[in-house]
Amino acid sequence: MNHGGRREFIATEKPMEYSEKVMDHFMNPRNVGRMENPDGVGKVGNPQCGDIMEIYIRVKDDVITDVKFLTFGCGAAIASSSMATELIRGKTLEEALKLTNKAVLEALEGLPPQKVHCSLLAEEGIQAAIQDYRGKSLGSSLGSDYRKR
Amino acid sequence: MPRRIYLDHNATTPTHPAVLESMLPYFTERFGNPSSVYKRAKESRRAVKEAREKVAKLIGADPVEMIFTSGGTESDNTALKGVAFALSDRGNHIVTSQIEHHAVLHCCRWLEKHGFDVTYVGVDHKGRIDPSEIAAALTDRTILVSIMHANNETGVIQPLSQIASVLREKNIFFHTDAVQSVGKIPVNVGELGVDLLSLSGHKIYGPKGVGALYKRKGTKITSLLQGGGHERNMRSGTENVPGIVGLGMASEIALREMKENAAKERELRDRLERGVLDRIPDIVVNSQGTERLPGTLNFCVKYVEGESILLHLDARGIEASSGSACTSGSLEPSHVLGAMGVPVEMAHGSLRFSIGRSNTREDIDFLLEVLPPVVEKLRAMSPMRT
Repeated sequence: MNHGGRREFIATEKPMEYSEKVMDHFMNPRNVGRMENPDGVGKVGNPQCGDIMEIYIRVKDDVITDVKFLTFGCGAAIASSSMATELIRGKTLEEALKLTNKAVLEALEGLPPQKVHCSLLAEEGIQAAIQDYRGKSLGSSLGSDYRKR
Repeated sequence: MPRRIYLDHNATTPTHPAVLESMLPYFTERFGNPSSVYKRAKESRRAVKEAREKVAKLIGADPVEMIFTSGGTESDNTALKGVAFALSDRGNHIVTSQIEHHAVLHCCRWLEKHGFDVTYVGVDHKGRIDPSEIAAALTDRTILVSIMHANNETGVIQPLSQIASVLREKNIFFHTDAVQSVGKIPVNVGELGVDLLSLSGHKIYGPKGVGALYKRKGTKITSLLQGGGHERNMRSGTENVPGIVGLGMASEIALREMKENAAKERELRDRLERGVLDRIPDIVVNSQGTERLPGTLNFCVKYVEGESILLHLDARGIEASSGSACTSGSLEPSHVLGAMGVPVEMAHGSLRFSIGRSNTREDIDFLLEVLPPVVEKLRAMSPMRT
């Protein structure tokens, strides 16, 4: 029952209750959809735990110009995806890499303790998308042999 | 505020107005302790006696075989630990199933930590237990078999009388958690062949915090609570008189109106099942065509997660439940669907609708109107649908 340092982000002690912000992003999620020919894709989560996120980014001059997501998961997972994509839109890659689950939690006005991992998944999804982009761009600058490795 | 449609009667039910009314005097002027000697106490004593007769009648038992408890969980714990402790000199093996309620499963896990061995028998893909598997699991150390009557998630009714015949003349006690079946379908302890049966008040339009354990005469159990020796020494503690009176009244009403309620619930459940299959693609009805509780429908909505569906339904005034991990409060989705071999990602998208007295055709039709676009919206954002 000890959620340690996470406690400060918990909006409510009632296990299933979501903040208004979470419900807003769940009911009306921003940036939903698959992106055609994205510059980077982050796929995280697994069906076992019940959350899968795919984050797509378009990058120009090191700035995230567009971002989309697809999520299989609970209300918190969908709201976290929506909020995280909002938070990185228009940001530089450096800024986006600094996005933590704490920032997502704060923007969502908290999540129930057992849902905190959903915000972590959103953070991981964005990092994976940026890494994918950097791998690709590094690969193309070094030629196709490098990319195969 | 829009009309609320309650479709979660396997979770709990509203207290029937006649039940509530029957209870009220026992909070106020008839507050006497049944153990006292004066007239006021005699009134309470008589009320408990009458309630005991009504509850016993609902399951075809003798009133002296009924022990009032705080509910299904306590009844299950009393049956399992009670037999285990009473017969530990004779054996230490218990047989149960993988689809039991946590009140039985977690109690068995606890007993495993205290020197008992437990075999958890599986189910087929429809959620049915095979009596021959129970027979195969028995050893000369087996003292108890505990198999639920109807499953809370799928509504599947287990072949208890066949299991009882497997146990006959083996000197093994047979317990059933009948919390979901009592009051909804005919339950007769003689026909089922059980020695112990758990039932709960709040699942049958009675109050929360009261239940009963049927214990056939001659069944040896150790009491969990020591004290003033109430309930024939089986459950010490001053009787929850208002709760017991409520359980009695709820039992009386359930028995009287069972046939009519079951027929109505079955009609609505079948209407919902047909409607969902007709209107939404990629639906898998769990335990379809199996003998189920009349009002229970459980199905998986492929590519989406259950809690997110429930939140959208809640926003439209519909209350139901899901076997997803997010709603079970654990990391694993439904252990019942898991035991049936339902893939995890599908179990995360399971929904349970349990119909009760208050529901109407209009409720079902409203749900059938609301659910398809909700599923479509969530599927549109799902990476699982390629």
